[in-house]
Amino acid sequence: MATAVGAFGGADHAASKSGVWSWITTVDHKRIGILYGVTAVTFFLIGGFEALLIRLQLAEAESTLIAAGLFNQLFTMHALTMIFLAIMPLGAAFFNFIVPLQIGARDVAFPRLNALSYWLFLFGALLLNSSFIFGGAPDVGWFAYANLTALEYSPSSAVDFFALGMLVLGVSSLAAALNFIITILNMRAPGMTLMRMPVFTWMTLVVSFLLVFALPILTVGLVQLLFWREFGMPFFSAEAGADPLLWQHIFWLFGHPEVYILILPAMGIVSEILPTYSRKPLFGYSTVVFAGVAIGFMGFAVWAHHMFTVGLGSIALAAFSASTMLIAVPTGIKIFNWIATLWGGSIQFTTAMLFALGFVALFVIGGLSGVMHASPPVDTQQQDTYFVVAHPHYVLFGGSIMGLFGGIYYWFPKMTGRLLSEGWGKLHFWLMFIGMNVTFGPMHLVGIDGMPRRINTYDESMGWELLNQIETVGAFIIALSVVVFLVNFFKSVKSGEPAGDDPWDGRTLEWSIASPPPEYNFARIPVVHSNEPLWDQKHPELKHDAPPVIAGGADEGAEESIHMPNPSYWPIVVAFGTALAAGLVIVNPWLASIGAVIGVLGIYGWVFEPAGPEHH
Amino acid sequence: MTTNTTAHESHLATTTGLDHRKLLMWLFLASECLFFGALIATFLLYKDASVVGPKPHEILNIPVTSTSTFVLLTSSLAMVLALAAVQRSDVVSARFWIFATAFLGATFLGFQVYEFYEFVIHGLTPKTNVFGASFFTLTGFHGAHVTVGVIWLMSLFFYSFKHGLPAEKSLDVELMGLYWHFVDIVWVVIFTVVYLIGSLEPPAT
Repeated sequence: MATAVGAFGGADHAASKSGVWSWITTVDHKRIGILYGVTAVTFFLIGGFEALLIRLQLAEAESTLIAAGLFNQLFTMHALTMIFLAIMPLGAAFFNFIVPLQIGARDVAFPRLNALSYWLFLFGALLLNSSFIFGGAPDVGWFAYANLTALEYSPSSAVDFFALGMLVLGVSSLAAALNFIITILNMRAPGMTLMRMPVFTWMTLVVSFLLVFALPILTVGLVQLLFWREFGMPFFSAEAGADPLLWQHIFWLFGHPEVYILILPAMGIVSEILPTYSRKPLFGYSTVVFAGVAIGFMGFAVWAHHMFTVGLGSIALAAFSASTMLIAVPTGIKIFNWIATLWGGSIQFTTAMLFALGFVALFVIGGLSGVMHASPPVDTQQQDTYFVVAHPHYVLFGGSIMGLFGGIYYWFPKMTGRLLSEGWGKLHFWLMFIGMNVTFGPMHLVGIDGMPRRINTYDESMGWELLNQIETVGAFIIALSVVVFLVNFFKSVKSGEPAGDDPWDGRTLEWSIASPPPEYNFARIPVVHSNEPLWDQKHPELKHDAPPVIAGGADEGAEESIHMPNPSYWPIVVAFGTALAAGLVIVNPWLASIGAVIGVLGIYGWVFEPAGPEHH
Repeated sequence: MTTNTTAHESHLATTTGLDHRKLLMWLFLASECLFFGALIATFLLYKDASVVGPKPHEILNIPVTSTSTFVLLTSSLAMVLALAAVQRSDVVSARFWIFATAFLGATFLGFQVYEFYEFVIHGLTPKTNVFGASFFTLTGFHGAHVTVGVIWLMSLFFYSFKHGLPAEKSLDVELMGLYWHFVDIVWVVIFTVVYLIGSLEPPAT
C-alpha cells in the first residue's frame, strides 16, 4: 500500500485512505497526531468529570454524596488523567502534527515507532482507567508516597494499576521523545539551523530531552514499588532499615521535570501565536530559546522543594530554595519577551490570541505563588493546604490547558482545512477564563485559612463552605465552556468555513502548504534563510539581507518521486502485548508471559517487515 | 530496533550527518545511564543500611566476580572483531565473532546464576534485607540487559545464514555493538561500586 507521489503533485490516492483499518495501521505523523488529540480530549473530559464529582462533594460541609474511598480514587485519577492522559498527549498531538511541518520534513524519523508510542499510550491509559472496574482505581495520590502504598495499607490492586499503567505510559513517552529528538536534529530542511527553528519546535526538543532523562528515574521507582509489593523486597519498609524518603526523592526527581514537560509545549505554542497576531516577530527569539533550555536544565535541580517539610537539613533546604527561586528568572525572561512582542504590535484579538494572552496572565499568577513556595518557612505554612492546590492549577490549567486550547484554535485550520467559529470560540474563552478564576482563585483564600487538601469533607464550623460553593460554581462554568468548545468543534468539523492554506498570515513553514497537508507534506523540500521563512517570502521588502524563500521550491529531490512508509499493524501488536503483560501481572506475574510472548513476536514481525517501498 | 531502513532513508543525507538509528541508540543509551544511575544510587543508600545480615562484605566473592568480569570484557573484544569482519565483508569470521560474543555473554550469565544461587544458599535473598533487595535488582537488571543482548546477537547470527551479512548492513552490527559495549561499561561501574567498594568493611561507628 505504498503511496508513490510524483514530485509535481498528483498524489496517488488509490490506496485505501479511510476506514478503521487505515487508522489502526497508519504511520502518518499527521494522522497519529489527530489520534493523540482526539484521545487526549476524551480523557480531558473524563478527568473533568472526576473534578466535577470532587467539587460536588465539597460544595457543602459534611456532605455524604461520595464515600471517602471513592473520593480518594477520584482525586488520584483526576490528577493522573489530567497530567498523563490529557495535557502530555495533547502536547504530543501538536508535536506529531506540527513539528515535521515546521522543520520542512516529510515525516518523523521513525514512523512505526511513532505509531507504537500512540498505541502504548492508548493501552496504558485504558489499563489505568480499567482499574475502576477491576478492584478499585489508584487512591494514593498521584505521587503515591511510601508507606501508604505498602501492601498492608493498600491491600487492593489499586497501587499495582498505578505502577503498571505508569510503566506502559512511560515506555510510550520515551519512544516518542527519542523519535522527536532525532526528527528535529536530523530532518530539518536545508538552511534551517537550530537558531532558525520555530520556538514551538525548540520547546518540543527541550521537552523530549527532559523525558529521555526523567522517565528512566521514574521507571526505577515504579519497579522498586512493584518488587516491594509483589515480591516482598523491602525497598521502602522502614522496619527493615529502608528509607521511605527514597521514593520521594526518586519520584520528584522525575516529577519536577515533569512539571516543565507539561508547561514548555504551551510556552512554545504561545510563542507562535503572539507574533502571528501581533504581526511582529517574536521579541528576543534567541533569549526565549535559551530561557527554555535553561528551564530544562534547572528543572532537574529543584525537585526537593516538594519535600521541604520532610526534614532534609538546613543546607539542602537553602540549596533547593535558591535553585527554585532561580528558575523563576528564565521563566520571567520569557514573560517579558512575550509582553515586548505585543508592545507596539497591531494586535488581532482572535480566539487563539485570547487564549495566549490568558495563558500569560494566569501563568504569572501561578508562577508567583510558586516563588512563594520556594521559601521553606512559607512552604511549611502552606504545606498540604488548598493554597498548594491553587498553585498547580493556575500553572497547569491557567497555563498548560489555556496554551493548548490556543494551539487548537491556531492549528485547527491547518489540521482540518476548516476554521473554528470565532463567536463560539470567544464564548468558550471567556467562560473558561472566568470559570477558571472563580474555581481556583478562592482556593488561595481557603488554603490560607487552613483547609487541608485531599479531605473528602469538613466541619461546618470551619467556615469554608461559602468559598467551596463558589469554587464549585466555577467548576461548572468551566464545564459549560468545554461544552461550548465541543459544539464549536463538531460544527466546524462538519461544516466549518474553509480555511485556505494560510488563514492567519502565518510566519512559519506549516502555513506554506495546503490545509490539510498532503500525506507527503512538501512536494519539494523548502530551503530556509531565516526563522520566519514564510513571512520573509511574503514580505521581501522588509528583509533586505535574506533572499526570498520559496517554500517547497528547492531543486533537490525534484527529480525523484516521493516514497512514504508502508502502513503497519506491528506497532499495535507490540503495544497490545506490552499492555496485556502489564495488566496480567496484577492477576499473576507468570500469566504476564502471555503478553510478553505476543510483544516479542510483534517485535520480530516488525524487524523483518520492510518499512518502505524497496525500490524507486 | 529495526533492521531495515526505508529505502529513501538510507541514502538521504541527515542534517547532522549521523544516521537516524545510530542517534537513536546513543540517546537510548543516554537514558539508560539514568536508569542504572538510579539503581546504583539506591544500592549506595542501602548497602550498609540493613538491620539483619548478611552484609555486603560478608558475602561478596571478589575472585569469582573478577573472573566473570574478565569474561564479559573479553566479549567486547569479540564484538569489535565481529564488526571489523562485517565491514570487510568477511561473513564467516563475522559469524564466528558474533557467536563468540553471545557465548561469552552467556558464560557471564552462567556466572551470575551461580552467584545468585550461592547467595541464596548462604541466606541472602532479595527479601532478606535492603542490601539484598537493591543488589539483586541492580545486578538482575544488568543481567536482563545481557540476556537481551545475547538474544539479539543470536538473532543476528541466524539471520546471517538466511540473508548473509553484507558490508552495507554493517550498521546493524554497529548498533548491536554500541548496546553491547554500553552494557559492559555499566558492568565496570557496577563491579567497582558494588563489588570493590561495596565489599569494604564499613567503619565501626
